[in-house]
Amino acid sequence: MSHRTPAGRVHGLGSAQHGVDHWWGQRLTALALIPLIIWLCISIVSMIGADHATFTSWLSTPGRAVALLLLILATFYHMKLGLQVVIEDYVHSRGWSTTLLVTNSFACVLLGTACAFAVIKVALGG
Amino acid sequence: MAQVERPLSPHLQIYKPQLTSILSILHRITGVGLGVGTLLLTWWLVSAAYGPESFATAQAFIASWFGRLLLFGFTYSLFYHLCNGIRHLFWDAGWGFELKTAYTTGWLVVIASVGLTLISWIAGYASGGAL
Repeated sequence: MSHRTPAGRVHGLGSAQHGVDHWWGQRLTALALIPLIIWLCISIVSMIGADHATFTSWLSTPGRAVALLLLILATFYHMKLGLQVVIEDYVHSRGWSTTLLVTNSFACVLLGTACAFAVIKVALGG
Repeated sequence: MAQVERPLSPHLQIYKPQLTSILSILHRITGVGLGVGTLLLTWWLVSAAYGPESFATAQAFIASWFGRLLLFGFTYSLFYHLCNGIRHLFWDAGWGFELKTAYTTGWLVVIASVGLTLISWIAGYASGGAL
């Protein structure tokens, strides 16, 4: 039998005060992605069949580069949160779940960083 | 010792598929699909950073029949997830929970996602044609 007080037992185990961060982050990025994705679709259609020079000159304006960077940030954060929930819901083995959650986090950061670096490099003139 | 046969709550397969449930799982499926699709987006952007030759390789792959098939699936998933995502945001704001409204917005999502996909592909072929 424990002699600790109820308050002592729950101390540090309760709410971490960021319970809605995941939910809110997913909604904020969703909202940001509405105009960004529509813009991206129109842009990609206009870039169909474009050669490297056309593409790089299109991307070299600050407005487009910044919009694409924001899109990359919102997309990969949204994707990290979304895939995390899917893994938590359907993968019941503790080992696999942890492995996939770590892989998901790493993959989203890796892909996002690669995209962002590519955009910056192309935007600044290759 | 024999397992105690406790009653279980009905599982998914007991329910008749409905528009709302199909659209719900489709939101997840397209979400995961879009996750895979970001590999294509990353390849495309990184190839542009490597230079004209690798960019041409990526563009040629996207223009192949398999590339177009992937891109078509990617486009539909994107518009579906976008439209249904907006439906979710309205739910989050507390609007659209009535059964009739949920079905109306559900069909709206189906029509809008198919329509937007077709419009963007028609626009794509009309603007360049080369893809």
